[in-house]
Amino acid sequence: MMSQKVRIIDTTMRDGSHALHHTQSPETVSNICACLERAGVYAAEVGHGAGLNGSLLQYGFGKYSDEALLTAARAQLHHTKLYDLFCPGIATMKDMRYAKEHYGLDGVRVAVHCSEADLGETHIQGGKELGLDVICFLMMCHLISIDELVENAMKAKSYGADVIYFADSAGAFTPQDIRDRVVALKQATGLPIGVHTHNNLGLGVGNVVAAVEAGADYVDGALNGLGAGSGNGCTQAIAAVLEKMHVDTGCDFYALCEAADKYVVPIMQRPLQVTSESCTLGKVGIYSSFYLNTLEASQKYGIPYQRIFEELGRRGAIGGQEDMILDICQAFMAEGKQDLEGQ
Amino acid sequence: MKKKLKVAIIGPGNIGTDLMFKVMRSDWLEMSAMLGVVESEGLKRARNLGFIASTEGIGYLERHPETADVVFDATMASLHKQVHAPLLEKLGKFAVDLTPAAVGVSVSPVVNPEEGLQSRNVNMITCVGQASTAALHAITQVIPVSYAEVVAQTASKSDGPATRKNIDEFTYTTQNALCRLGGAKSARVFSVINPCKPECHMRNTIMAIPEGPFDIEAVDKSVRAMVARVQAYIPGYALTLPPMVNHGIITTIITVTGAGDFLPKYAGNLDMETASGVRMAELYAQKVLGGAQL
Repeated sequence: MMSQKVRIIDTTMRDGSHALHHTQSPETVSNICACLERAGVYAAEVGHGAGLNGSLLQYGFGKYSDEALLTAARAQLHHTKLYDLFCPGIATMKDMRYAKEHYGLDGVRVAVHCSEADLGETHIQGGKELGLDVICFLMMCHLISIDELVENAMKAKSYGADVIYFADSAGAFTPQDIRDRVVALKQATGLPIGVHTHNNLGLGVGNVVAAVEAGADYVDGALNGLGAGSGNGCTQAIAAVLEKMHVDTGCDFYALCEAADKYVVPIMQRPLQVTSESCTLGKVGIYSSFYLNTLEASQKYGIPYQRIFEELGRRGAIGGQEDMILDICQAFMAEGKQDLEGQ
Repeated sequence: MKKKLKVAIIGPGNIGTDLMFKVMRSDWLEMSAMLGVVESEGLKRARNLGFIASTEGIGYLERHPETADVVFDATMASLHKQVHAPLLEKLGKFAVDLTPAAVGVSVSPVVNPEEGLQSRNVNMITCVGQASTAALHAITQVIPVSYAEVVAQTASKSDGPATRKNIDEFTYTTQNALCRLGGAKSARVFSVINPCKPECHMRNTIMAIPEGPFDIEAVDKSVRAMVARVQAYIPGYALTLPPMVNHGIITTIITVTGAGDFLPKYAGNLDMETASGVRMAELYAQKVLGGAQL
């Protein structure tokens, strides 16, 4: 019997925020967190899609404050830890300290673009000084080589990160890509390794399985996959598959299903499906939170979404650059390039 | 030959060297000395160009106060605050601070130059602060803004270790300037450091929530006039998305391409700082020496 243990971090109420236009209510957060606690999930990540203090025009303001969402979650979580994403360049140490002291945050996932780990130095160190669990969360990892990824993970380790996560933010990795990175990161850092997947190419759960087979210690999931793009790996499915693989997640599958059916299905604004649009996102390698914004801009301006995705790729857009969509559409309109359907 | 004010630069790194080239082109300033603490490429370069180059740091100025009237500090915030600023004040020099120390008054040459000239120590805010307060100020001249947000993209290669370690201070200083100089009632800045190749140019998306009805044509006119004024000292300051209304929010994009004096052209963020600093020094020189308006 295998004795491998894997910790699941559920991001329904953080990455899922993108799929809800950041409207999740404290009541929903409370209900879902109560289920996650009952289900034995290791940690719940809660907050605006862009993490702590992430309520910005760039992503859309959050309907409810960090305080409202995090205190609602805190009240339900006892064994399950309360985490939030933390993006240097958006949030500051003041925000982190405040969230620890006033909302009872247990940990932060310091999210930086994969090649820019040093941008998180202050906050990884600061989080450890505050006594938080600190995970370095490297984003858009398909854009760099394994060596570069390892180099950045080693920097994060030197700052004191407890865990290294690599995020397939664009849903662009194949299972082999995932396996190679888990092995390389584990070997080089000696730290627990986690993976965050997106389902743009239909590999949200499959890539989690590949990661666990290669020895990953942490994996992300979201109930019903609720997340940016076509969503993340589905938490219930991950719990079920890992159980079949005799991997211990400590999660109660049926409690997860109940949470999804009772509290996630009613608030979903659209079905999370693998579509031609999402496949294009994964194939071109575009940050998943660009998905809805691009589709909306495509409709508004009458510009084929493929052109917008391609141009985003050409310009090297990374996480947080949603403003480029407007810029690109305006540029296409100015140059009269919108009529490209026939090409 | 026309009289010019003499300049010393403390900190012979990339920023200091770029400043030197800009000073050399100035009609109002005369490059005099480059000061460092260890022998370096920057000092060598200044020496080869015929300028004083000393490893005594600010100590050289103490011994030879006649070396300069205007002193640029391109070192570190802590050094400026604790050592350089008090000494420069004692020596009676006009200090242009390019560190985020914010000892002196934060200035933009196109928003509050007079305020800066009344002081002996001016702080050049941050690169994003320089680039975006000017445009935001032009918007708030037309319509009050309850909230402004700037999304700033810079090339990874143009952001050194100091900027990265002090990203929080960068955020606070920029946000303060967006309110105090830009005129917004509240403001946020969001920095994106992009490693793409070829390197991206500095890009500032400015979003402003207006208070009440307004005429977008008037906003457009005001922003264009401001862009022209900034272009006088940084020609690569370009309006890439003229002001438009998007979901009720005024949105405009400014891209900054550097002059390529010493720093690469994509590093428009660094040029924004050096060119603005030189501009403030020129305004000071003009005040002291008299003569034609710049």
